[in-house]
Amino acid sequence: MMVEVNEKIAIEHGLKKEEYKKICDLLKRIPNITELGIFSAMWNEHCSYKSSRKHLKKLHTKGEQVIQGPGENAGVVDIDDDHAIVFKIESHNHPSFIEPYQGAATGVGGIMRDVFTMGARPIANLNSIHFGSPNHEKTRNLLRGVVKGIGGYGNCIGVPTIAGQTCFDESYNGNILVNAMTLGLVNKNKIFYSKAAGINKPVIYVGSKTGRDGIHGASMASAIFDEKIEEKKPTVQVGDPFTEKLLLEACLELMAGKSIISIQDMGAAGLTSSSIEMASKGNLGIEINLSKVPCREENMSPYEIMLSESQERMLIVLEEGKENEAKKIFEKWNLDFAVIGKTTQSKNIELYFKNEKVAEIPIDFLAENAPMYDRKWIKTKLPKKNEYSKNNFKSLKLSDCLNKILTDPNVADKEWIWSQYDHTVMGDTIQKPGGNAGVVRVHGTDKAIAASIDSSASYCYAHPLTGGKQIVCESWRNMVSVGAKPIAITNCLNFGNPEKEKNMGEFVECVEGISEASKYLNYPIVSGNVSFYNETKDKGIKPTPSIGGIGLLSNYRKMLTMELKNEGNYLLVIGKTEGHLDQSIFSRIILSKFNGPPPEINLFNEKQNGMSVLSLNNQNLIETCHDVSLGGILTAIAKMCISAKKGVKLFPFKNLVNKFEYFFGEDQGRYIIEVKPENLENVENLLKKDSIHYDKLGLVESGNISYENDLKISIDQIKEGYKKWLKEYMVN
Amino acid sequence: MKSSVIIFPGSNCDRDMDVALKKFGFKNQMVWHNDDEIPKSDLIVLPGGFSYGDYLRCGSIAGKSRIIKSVIDFANSGGLVLGICNGFQILTETGLLPGILQQNKYLNFICKNVFVKIKNNENKFFKDIKKEILELHIAHNEGNYFCSNDELKSIEDNNQIAVTYCDHNGNDDEENNPNGALKNIAGIFNKNKNILGMMPHPERMIDPFLSGEDGSLFFENLIKSL
Repeated sequence: MMVEVNEKIAIEHGLKKEEYKKICDLLKRIPNITELGIFSAMWNEHCSYKSSRKHLKKLHTKGEQVIQGPGENAGVVDIDDDHAIVFKIESHNHPSFIEPYQGAATGVGGIMRDVFTMGARPIANLNSIHFGSPNHEKTRNLLRGVVKGIGGYGNCIGVPTIAGQTCFDESYNGNILVNAMTLGLVNKNKIFYSKAAGINKPVIYVGSKTGRDGIHGASMASAIFDEKIEEKKPTVQVGDPFTEKLLLEACLELMAGKSIISIQDMGAAGLTSSSIEMASKGNLGIEINLSKVPCREENMSPYEIMLSESQERMLIVLEEGKENEAKKIFEKWNLDFAVIGKTTQSKNIELYFKNEKVAEIPIDFLAENAPMYDRKWIKTKLPKKNEYSKNNFKSLKLSDCLNKILTDPNVADKEWIWSQYDHTVMGDTIQKPGGNAGVVRVHGTDKAIAASIDSSASYCYAHPLTGGKQIVCESWRNMVSVGAKPIAITNCLNFGNPEKEKNMGEFVECVEGISEASKYLNYPIVSGNVSFYNETKDKGIKPTPSIGGIGLLSNYRKMLTMELKNEGNYLLVIGKTEGHLDQSIFSRIILSKFNGPPPEINLFNEKQNGMSVLSLNNQNLIETCHDVSLGGILTAIAKMCISAKKGVKLFPFKNLVNKFEYFFGEDQGRYIIEVKPENLENVENLLKKDSIHYDKLGLVESGNISYENDLKISIDQIKEGYKKWLKEYMVN
Repeated sequence: MKSSVIIFPGSNCDRDMDVALKKFGFKNQMVWHNDDEIPKSDLIVLPGGFSYGDYLRCGSIAGKSRIIKSVIDFANSGGLVLGICNGFQILTETGLLPGILQQNKYLNFICKNVFVKIKNNENKFFKDIKKEILELHIAHNEGNYFCSNDELKSIEDNNQIAVTYCDHNGNDDEENNPNGALKNIAGIFNKNKNILGMMPHPERMIDPFLSGEDGSLFFENLIKSL
């Protein structure tokens, strides 16, 4: 029986009253339930970017390295020769909170599909995950479930998970973040796009069968949570990595030929958004016979078939006459294959079911005419700096502070997590998780690709504009620290409720900061995703844009690591240390101060300092490199010591700041490098010539980190605390 | 020397194994699971991965696959068969090797470097490897070897334990057991020592830029001893 559509039903579909009116006006009639479902899927925040579109246009997306910017399944950048990297990040926040294993697993599956849809073989996965306070009752189970889900999917497919980031903050108590990123390698001349072309071309459905799972997933991801959230469990999709592996191999096999015109994975809003996007980009119509869609369950209605988010499915527009050739490949891999429709001239989407037309909507109405809002927003003023006096530090000891920082959940070692991810399969991982960035070789060549994910919610919360700039810079620094030339980024913009002026302001200003830094550093944004409504019962998350960056090493043998190499070598810190403590982890966990501005970003210095590190590395003058971030110089040194089981004797410093400010300040644009004694003079001269500020920090030695009479701490001791926090937390 | 790597749907270390075998001089070919015959080979390798998704007991469906009869015939006629990780699981499912591989003791997937001690050199797989302790790499969720007391007695009586997990000094005690495997067993032979199943991945350790190079010793010996 057909459901009668009215305003109440439209609102239950997540549409606003005025949006429903607009639909009726556009159609000049009341939509039927299938059509209403299609509108609600296409017009929700997740698919339409209705609150963000206006501002995303401001992002810096161009550069000579960019082959494809935002707007496709993923971004594509040139890495010389015939090679290109396809990459993107995507959020799976809402489903992961409701069902952590499947939510995270299908997040990984979805982003890999976005990449291999374009013809690329995935070569690395990364993830950025944010949880509530470790003391919150849900955190432990959510963390365990998410890690198992990410591992369960990525490990089975056989793509290494090479880097990631895990953060804890009580603002995520009711809304965790799960952002997954994939990099794929493709031949520059064999990239596949989603734009359909030509009339009467067969539209093919391949992959898994369609079930009732995930119906309205995209709408769920566009809503805030309340106490009834558990009821939404059935909207979470269920992942099948085995089928995805088969789909990957089958698609790549088909792509080796010349039969595909366009291809699109069925992600959020399933068959609805994939068919409409392909037709819309090609300025065509599309006709689908829903009776031909392979279904897993009986008696599925057109509404359910169109809105299902069953995983591991693809839609392909083929050249005519190539159906049998394609079918053979999918049969070999035991996957469903069905011709379900064709492209048309009509510029409408027309759906048939059991020989009846069940929906007809002009594609324009769904894509270009989707609502776009210019939401109200407010600027965040730069907070006033805190004054620190000797009294603030009176009873503090350097060693206690260092221990406390190293055992803080946001700093402590995350091996418990990444040892559950296969990070070595494919045999090209030359830098594992736990360093500045993960690095994989471009198989069979001298080249390698570095990748990392970063976020700095505390900085973004204190001052979104600075925070936005800072994350891009941190990502850039991570590339430089492994000796890679930074190429491009993908961003996952996780924010609260855009209907609230403060949250919308955070979004607008973070985007502005990201854009400014990426433009200055020629580090363009080529793909991304927006996740709004990360809010539960009126409590939103801190603004958390995550930046996934990639860099290129033209010779992988020049890769740098953060592990100290030899006793007797010098350590230098490049970049100026002013001792900025506001918003640092030191201020937050030791002084319990949460106000003040984040460290300032000086893009000129950022670029100069990074370029000088790359240049020194090209001249083989650097043994080790690590960027200075959370926890400042001393934390950075401690991590370098722990990974090498070596110590450092620190020299008295000359700056006019307090030792706590010097060692724990989070000034930006800094790197610690290790230099052989015989290269020291040369390095100093080169830095001076380029007017790069640097301090001589100390000497590599065995066993301890020491500073004058103020600090002597054994590496074994700090290592124990650093390594065991997460393991013990997960056991308890 | 000719080798064949079997690809099951869900295999994911097949390419890595192909790269390693070729690097050390094998003429390798890939064989599809639905084929009936394996081309003439001196060595057959069952690679790592998640054959048929491993949604049932790991390796159980692969153990009944179309190609597997040829693998069993080849093994029974004395041919050299190597199963790594999922390949080891498949070999136990076919009955070519005794015992089973259970879920890891702490219920987590483990991906890390481990040391293993070579327990028996009188076979083609380890004959001329000069080192007693190798650093290899594991990546599995079900590597916890188990068998009955009678089977264990027979395995020990016939010197079928190939490698055991240990530390860099060769202590193969409980402290150095990553997954709970019985007697720290990381790999075993059949009675005739022409079949080896092993959880660690030598193919991931063939280059100084990877996790280590001891896998090279394994392949260098293998090509020499054939």
